Amino acid sequence: MLTASAFMTPVVLTVVTGLIAAVLLTVAAKVFAVPVDETQVKIRECLPGANCGACGYVGCDDYAAALAADHSIAPNKCVPGGAGAAAGIAAVLGVEAGATEERVAKVMCSGTCDNTSPEMDYQGYKSCAAVKNFFGGPGTCKFGCIGLGDCVKACKFDAIHVEDGVAKVDRDKCVACGACANTCPQKIIDILPKASRVTVDCSSKDMGKFVTKACKVGCIGCKMCEKTCKFDAIHVVDNLAKIDPEKCKNCGMCAKACPRKIITVVPRPGQKPIVKVAPKPAEGETPVKPSEITRPAAPAAEPEKKTE
Amino acid sequence: MKELLMIIMAAVLANNYVLVRFLGICPFLGVSKKLDSAVGMSFAVIFVMVLATAATWPIQHLLLDPNGIGYMQTTVFILVIAALVQLIELFMKKSIPALHKSLGIYLPLITTNCAVLGVCTLNIDEGYGFIQSLVNAFGSGVGFLLAMFLFAGVRSKIEDNDYPECFKGVASTLVAASILSVSFMGFSGMIDSIFGM
Repeated sequence: MLTASAFMTPVVLTVVTGLIAAVLLTVAAKVFAVPVDETQVKIRECLPGANCGACGYVGCDDYAAALAADHSIAPNKCVPGGAGAAAGIAAVLGVEAGATEERVAKVMCSGTCDNTSPEMDYQGYKSCAAVKNFFGGPGTCKFGCIGLGDCVKACKFDAIHVEDGVAKVDRDKCVACGACANTCPQKIIDILPKASRVTVDCSSKDMGKFVTKACKVGCIGCKMCEKTCKFDAIHVVDNLAKIDPEKCKNCGMCAKACPRKIITVVPRPGQKPIVKVAPKPAEGETPVKPSEITRPAAPAAEPEKKTE
Repeated sequence: MKELLMIIMAAVLANNYVLVRFLGICPFLGVSKKLDSAVGMSFAVIFVMVLATAATWPIQHLLLDPNGIGYMQTTVFILVIAALVQLIELFMKKSIPALHKSLGIYLPLITTNCAVLGVCTLNIDEGYGFIQSLVNAFGSGVGFLLAMFLFAGVRSKIEDNDYPECFKGVASTLVAASILSVSFMGFSGMIDSIFGM
């Protein structure tokens, strides 16, 4: 025999339990409410949301929180957002945006299939990090690009691709988040200011005679560039020439002097390539005019940027 | 003491919630891709399991059983656990932001997780006392941690290999999970032998 109480007890008990829980949650939501900073939300909207970590914070949210809490933090740290994001944040905070330096990733290796050769026929798992553990990689040069594309997988912006055995950065797409540089097991990807266009595209710290055996173009540490540079911007450390982007004036004299033609000059936008990567030993004595390198024909491309 | 130890051993190995009882498969397959998130999730599960047991055991024995409505167990438990987890999340966000950052994102996932509900109801079914229930909940959570930890390792090894296209994704994950589960079945009966029963 069904009675009213047989229904009532479970219904009342459940409803009461639910009510108690509801009241508790409502009270808790009021008591434990965490004030959300409106500035933080606005700043977050200015950021691109790539969560790449190039600003030095854990993600876009973290950077926005840090900016909202401490207005003295520079608003121009977002690399993918660039000047636009910096200006937006500066408007929200009411501070100076500050200059944003455009940066770009660069693979410091020229070991294409023509210039260097593999030492072994690697058939295993296609990952640079995996091959690196296997006798230091398949290439004759143990410092160069392995070319299996760990960086390509790491790139969120489709800006790096393996061409002819060497990873190559698309300078237009690259936002310099540094994901590829962190992934690369060889550590041959540098994040450089976009304005510094002269680079030594080699990472080999081997002595010259080993480099000449391994690669047609690798840096042999001959110090010709060091002697040529008038600005004290290039130095050979551990058998490898390295350019200091802050001192470099992008004159391209070192590129001309280099007997291995490993120093390359990235053309300014709209300009044709001047110094080719491919080595032409005979051409060493008949160089391109330096004026061509420093002052390109295209006048549109910020002529005053690198002069003091 | 011996009994409590036995409960823990049984919960971790012989009656592992994920691999033997097949509860909490969703987070087991979903969150085990990366080791650190797997461990974070597991700690959140341990935490919630113990708290949910501490809340539901008294409700069963002081509220439902005396009124003769033990059959309302599932409904009331879901209600209580969901509210409890929400409450903990609110409290954590305010008072312990660091812990909220590491566990917080997993807490809503656990609110109505079957492993958590399973621990609470099985504690009642087994007729455990309050302390025994808490110990069993803790042991079950540790068992979950063990399963997640092992499986995250297994998965990272799988992904490094070149296996047929048709096995990529869920297929290989499920095959690996079943093999791991079979290996855990081997623990059944071990606990009784160890404690001489």
